[in-house]
Amino acid sequence: MASDVPRVSVADLLGTCPAPFTQYDRVLLGHGSGGRLSADLIHRLFLPAFDNEALRRLDDQAVCDLAPHADARVAFTTDSYVVQPIFFPGGDIGRLAVHGTVNDLAVGGATPLFLSAAFILEEGLPIADLTRVVTSMREACDAAGVVLVTGDTKVVDRGKGDQLFITTSGVGVVPRGRSLSASACRPGDRIVVSGTIGDHGIAIMSVREGLEFETTLESDTAPLADLTRAMLEACPGIRCMRDPTRGGLSSALHELAAASNVGVRLSEAAIPVRPEVRGACELLGLDPLYVANEGKLVAVVPPAEADALLAAMQAHPLGVNAAVIGEIVDEHRGMVTMRSVVGGTRVVTMLAGEQLPRIC
Amino acid sequence: MKYLDEYRDPVAAEKLVQAITRTATRPWTIMEVCGGQTHTIVKYGIDEMLPRGIDLVHGPGCPVCVTSLETIDRAHAIASRPDVVFCSFGDMLRVPGSRGDLLQLKSHGSQVRVVYSPLDAVQIAAANPDRQVVFFAIGFETTAPPNAMAVWLAAERRLTNFSVLVSHVLVPPAITAILEAPDNRVQAFLGPGHVCTVVGYEEYEPIAARHGVPIVITGFEPVDMLEGLLMAVTRLEQGRAGVDNAYGRVVRREGNPASRALIEEVFEVCDRKWRGVGTIPASGLRLRERYRSFDAELRFDVDAIETQESAVCISGEILRGVRKPRECPAFATTCTPMTPLGATMVSAEGACAAYYAYGRHLETAPVTLHGV
Amino acid sequence: MRGGKDRSTLMCLGIPGRVVETWLEHGILMGKVDFDGVSKRVCLAHVPAVKPGDYVVVHVGFALSQIDEVEAKRVFAFLERMEQLDELAVESADEPGGDGSGV
Repeated sequence: MASDVPRVSVADLLGTCPAPFTQYDRVLLGHGSGGRLSADLIHRLFLPAFDNEALRRLDDQAVCDLAPHADARVAFTTDSYVVQPIFFPGGDIGRLAVHGTVNDLAVGGATPLFLSAAFILEEGLPIADLTRVVTSMREACDAAGVVLVTGDTKVVDRGKGDQLFITTSGVGVVPRGRSLSASACRPGDRIVVSGTIGDHGIAIMSVREGLEFETTLESDTAPLADLTRAMLEACPGIRCMRDPTRGGLSSALHELAAASNVGVRLSEAAIPVRPEVRGACELLGLDPLYVANEGKLVAVVPPAEADALLAAMQAHPLGVNAAVIGEIVDEHRGMVTMRSVVGGTRVVTMLAGEQLPRIC
Repeated sequence: MKYLDEYRDPVAAEKLVQAITRTATRPWTIMEVCGGQTHTIVKYGIDEMLPRGIDLVHGPGCPVCVTSLETIDRAHAIASRPDVVFCSFGDMLRVPGSRGDLLQLKSHGSQVRVVYSPLDAVQIAAANPDRQVVFFAIGFETTAPPNAMAVWLAAERRLTNFSVLVSHVLVPPAITAILEAPDNRVQAFLGPGHVCTVVGYEEYEPIAARHGVPIVITGFEPVDMLEGLLMAVTRLEQGRAGVDNAYGRVVRREGNPASRALIEEVFEVCDRKWRGVGTIPASGLRLRERYRSFDAELRFDVDAIETQESAVCISGEILRGVRKPRECPAFATTCTPMTPLGATMVSAEGACAAYYAYGRHLETAPVTLHGV
Repeated sequence: MRGGKDRSTLMCLGIPGRVVETWLEHGILMGKVDFDGVSKRVCLAHVPAVKPGDYVVVHVGFALSQIDEVEAKRVFAFLERMEQLDELAVESADEPGGDGSGV
């Protein structure tokens, strides 16, 4: 054993390199190892970004007080986000993740409260990009009135992870007595959509397909909890709500038709679509019915309350283009039909396969 | 959208339906040639709006559907080569060959790129001089000018790493083959609007005369198709064969002279095998001698192709308008867009795919017009 | 599968769009064509006479033909004439106050 071989300490092997986090401009495998680099990432990026009491404790879990909501039921949801590209007109993967989880809670009639975020980072991801995403998430949490209380970070080898994946889970509370359900739709109920459809999917496709828009077409990603609160205040009798993300309006309506064992009948002329989205759909051979939305919802309401609901939605900034697009019927159970602008009626089928991959 | 929305106007459509109803005194069988027209019919329920006696049968106007299995297998063999970047329209990606499809090849590491335009493939070749870039040049006459332009441009820019796998098909020989088949039921045709935009409709006049049928060159929107149908039914009732142009806003009798000239420069007519139908003489296009160096079939040596078609599939009869998708026992059961057995289900434009997409297999009876 | 799509452009798909600007690239006439607010690069080589403001039918990034405004109106003029003829027929049949079009 040569006497001039430097002795390596265990601390060195575990990554106690004292170089500060900011010296690295890209994510390294060490950032996910649980050692010094990981701690640097947490203390210098995630903690300052999300800064709240629960997170600061850095326990293995966040313990949250539900006493203010003692008489409520807990709503719990989870989603993963793998959208490509991670930055797109109108948003980024982080914003999408926060809004998506908030909305899954909101459409169940829940008030969203707490979020978790698990990151899978690809070695080599620029720290600047990660910072941008995390900052965006903090802004989205603030706007939606939720707190990110716990998280996790893993790093995979270059080439094994495609930049960044995020999994968010969310907890909210539903007041006792409120029970929205996809199985609650009844013949005669009206179907209402909160605004124009297809915006998110087309915004993503525009980047991928090199389409230019005269006015920038942005994703409609938005938190809907405030809108749903206003809707439920105006119409407690709402049967159910859905956010039509992957698979678009068609998938959401098929779920309702199946769960309630009813038919859905739509009027094509009544469905709001932005002209640029229509133009892009014509060009790309897509049907707006199947294109993902990230800041819209569809609601089913008893006919007597439809007008009041529409008024409440149109009074809200996220519902200005709300419209009645169809009704629940007692025929063709489980199926969705649509009367075309020309007058003929056709069946709207379930999308087979992935029309637009990596859309959210 | 201008020149689109007006042709989806319900008032105009209703008036045309009424006119057709007044004019038709007997049953008639009419074939629309293009896959895009089939889609419009099924999507807007046009066949269900027409009086009962008018039977619309669907034609072979789906170039993806009719690309021969040998050609598909050849495309896959070329795409599997590590030195090749294989470019194609999106439609071709899921067309099954004898062993899998382009999408599966891509997932196994082959370089397969979807392009919107053939000119994009030329750009890819110019940007990647160390790779062989091959473009899958399929289509009817409509796509021949852009495909010819790609070859011409590659020649102009002296690109040695660009080639095309050609499988163009021509409509008039297909119409003739349908008319000459012993079990033919078709009495009139709605001609291919965009094909004729390129090459004009002079070629259809002798066909109409020889076989005594009306051929109405028709567009793709609901009002276009109803107008074409009205003109076809009018000629049928009057017993007058001949050609009408119902798509005058883009189709001229002589077509587009610049396009015709470029097609003539780059391509020549050849025999072509149509999947589900067989070989139709003088029904295809291939590269002319002076552009043969861009022919991927010659540039890449591939092993002998052995193909295997489904025994159950009746695509051939569907493409000739003899049977409809719902008459096939495999339709929507063993044969679906995810598990296609043959030509007319593999492409979004095929009659079986169109019927499936618009839920015809789920209708027990035609959905009522005035239901909502 | 980045950038790929399952169901995509139909082969006879020709969409009408408005020419916004034109330029030459490697000696070939190219243009920016607008489709109701979304625009795309299109090869205009075979419609050499088009100017900004004209409409063309576009297929796989290629303009097939210029749209003839006069011809485009033809079917609607025909339907209007048909409606007028219906109204005349109704009048001459001496029906009180009838609406000829029935639509």
